[in-house]
Amino acid sequence: MTEQAADHAISQEPVAVLTHVEKTYHMDSVSVPVIRGASILIRPACFTVLLGPSGSGKTTLLNMIGCIDKPDKGDITVAGCKVAELSDDDLSDFRAKNIGFIFQNFNLLPVLSAYENIEYPLLLAGVSAKTRGERVPKLLEAVGLGDKAKNYPGQLSGGQRQRVAIARALARKPKLVIADEPTANLDSQTGAAILALMRRMVDRYAISFIFSSHDPDVISAADDTILLKDGHISGIRRKATGVVA
Amino acid sequence: MRTLSLAIRNLLRNRRRSLATLLAMAIGSTSILLFGGFSANINYMMHTHHVQTGGHLQIQHRDFYLYGSGNPSAYGIADYKKIMSAIQSDEVLKNMVLVTTPTLQFGGIAGNYAAGVSRTVIGNGFVAPDVNRMRLWNDFDLQTKTTKFALEGAPLDAAIVGTGVARVLQLCDALKIERCPQPEKDPVASANTLPDDIAELSQLEADAASSSQAAAAANPRRVEVLVVSARGAPNVTSVEVIRAEEQGIKELDEVYVMMHFAQIQQLMYGASAPKATSIMLQLRHSDQIPAALERLRPLLAQYEATQPLAVLDFRKLNPFYVQTIQMFDTIFGFVFVLIGAIVLFTVSNTMNTAVVERTVEIGTLRAIGLRRAGIRGLFVTEGALIGLCGAVLGVILAIGLSVLVNQMGLTWWPPGNVEPLPLTITVLGETRMIVGTTVGLIIIATLSAWWPAYRAAQLNVVDALRHV
Repeated sequence: MTEQAADHAISQEPVAVLTHVEKTYHMDSVSVPVIRGASILIRPACFTVLLGPSGSGKTTLLNMIGCIDKPDKGDITVAGCKVAELSDDDLSDFRAKNIGFIFQNFNLLPVLSAYENIEYPLLLAGVSAKTRGERVPKLLEAVGLGDKAKNYPGQLSGGQRQRVAIARALARKPKLVIADEPTANLDSQTGAAILALMRRMVDRYAISFIFSSHDPDVISAADDTILLKDGHISGIRRKATGVVA
Repeated sequence: MRTLSLAIRNLLRNRRRSLATLLAMAIGSTSILLFGGFSANINYMMHTHHVQTGGHLQIQHRDFYLYGSGNPSAYGIADYKKIMSAIQSDEVLKNMVLVTTPTLQFGGIAGNYAAGVSRTVIGNGFVAPDVNRMRLWNDFDLQTKTTKFALEGAPLDAAIVGTGVARVLQLCDALKIERCPQPEKDPVASANTLPDDIAELSQLEADAASSSQAAAAANPRRVEVLVVSARGAPNVTSVEVIRAEEQGIKELDEVYVMMHFAQIQQLMYGASAPKATSIMLQLRHSDQIPAALERLRPLLAQYEATQPLAVLDFRKLNPFYVQTIQMFDTIFGFVFVLIGAIVLFTVSNTMNTAVVERTVEIGTLRAIGLRRAGIRGLFVTEGALIGLCGAVLGVILAIGLSVLVNQMGLTWWPPGNVEPLPLTITVLGETRMIVGTTVGLIIIATLSAWWPAYRAAQLNVVDALRHV
């Protein structure tokens, strides 16, 4: 185990547990069930991929695991906490502490430099300037952008922006990183590099990454693959054990 | 620090829009301040004029203010000399009071016998050197020229009249008054021939009067003034009109006469105990009025055994001044509300646009852990910053423009004024107005940002992240 991973003592407790989760979207008079009784378990320090065709409910499931959306039915426990019981402010604090996000469009704050984007979650958490000053450069180095600290998102390539987004997601040493199609807007070479980087981060920081993706490279790199079809979990494939369901 | 820094950067992100909003606010703030500065200057000019002509305070018989114009001599102050002496020797008042002077109001008839015209007049008797000292008061450092009161140094029988009085009494030629029309003779009336007996009688009268007419012709500026003495008898004196002064208001201009205090006092009281209808007190500074009033009350109490006295300040004596200031205050408030509404909608529109443009960013911030209050705080801070910068820029512009206007030497003719006054805008030094306007506009800008900020904070995180 690396030194960084030692900071994140690997617990055998699942990072997230979804039990009979259901979610329906209502648009005008039409109700569209998106998730129908999904029950899954996200293992710690694992690279988990949600796989399924468009409209299968991957993003909705990710949003619920990331605590930015709530199920209509069922329970979600993330990092040992039943998130349904949290108020909006508590959920914000919970996300800040336990969950990192990587978006398809990077979603960096354009008015902040690479350094400041990574520092921002730490500022939100009230982390001291000294700690921030130590952690942010390390993260920038870890994602290979040590020389781009002062660059603004507009001055970075797509791949570099996604690297900054990864560093930002890892800044608070979360238990879980949610990534919704993180390589979709990148060319294949850059996407592969980003994927390799995230894989390294999983190993280095012992953080669970959950992706949604169509990318075969992502799927092959995953420890666990959760197959979704029409809102149902149609299968779970774990590298060590093969298909479970 | 985090919110402020982020807010500043967000405002700088869309410089053109921020600048347009800022300029709208600055122009609004400048307009309010320039108008406020203009009305403040009118206030100072009127304030100064009233203090120069009537003093800060006047001690009068209690009922003189309401009833005195009907019979001024009935409301005279018998002990006015003692009261003035007591004021001048009072330890506190003597340091506050610049001028203490009596005045005597009168009403009567002025006639130009030679011209065969007369008219009712009202007027005042003044101590001329005191009036000139009072005219030097300029506590607000206004750029106005002070005209010397012409009665100082003039003979005791000298008088100053309104130009309207001079016109009616046909003194225009004698006084060399410009723009003073003379009545045209009715050709029909002059052509009429009198009956013989009436013509003879008229000739006799004319012969009898010729000697006095000759005297009048020697000095065509002499007029007779008839007043009712304190005992109720008519008393007449001949005065020489040394000057006609425009009084600003036609009604006053056609009745007003100014004479030496001693002269009119002699005419009204004769051998009786002389009185004054008012004692005017001019203080060093207007803010000394409450302290002076406080000091005067016990001092006057000892003279009230024989006559009830009242002390009136210049605001009470000049209700038109108070009404004018109230009118300008109301207009200022109206202008502020109008510009405030424009600022409100401008800032609100800017912030609404910013919320729409930054919806994904809002979703991102919420996802990474910023609370709703943090989002609200961010947008409200942006609104407040626009307000602050706009208002401060407005103050700078207003001060610059006011200095420029003041140096251009422009003049304007206020209603009721006899000569044009310098167009002056007093912004610099009006701390209360500047701070009030600035704080008011910042509050409006902050409130304008509150609703968009609230909307931003209430956005569903997932919907915000999906926003295109």
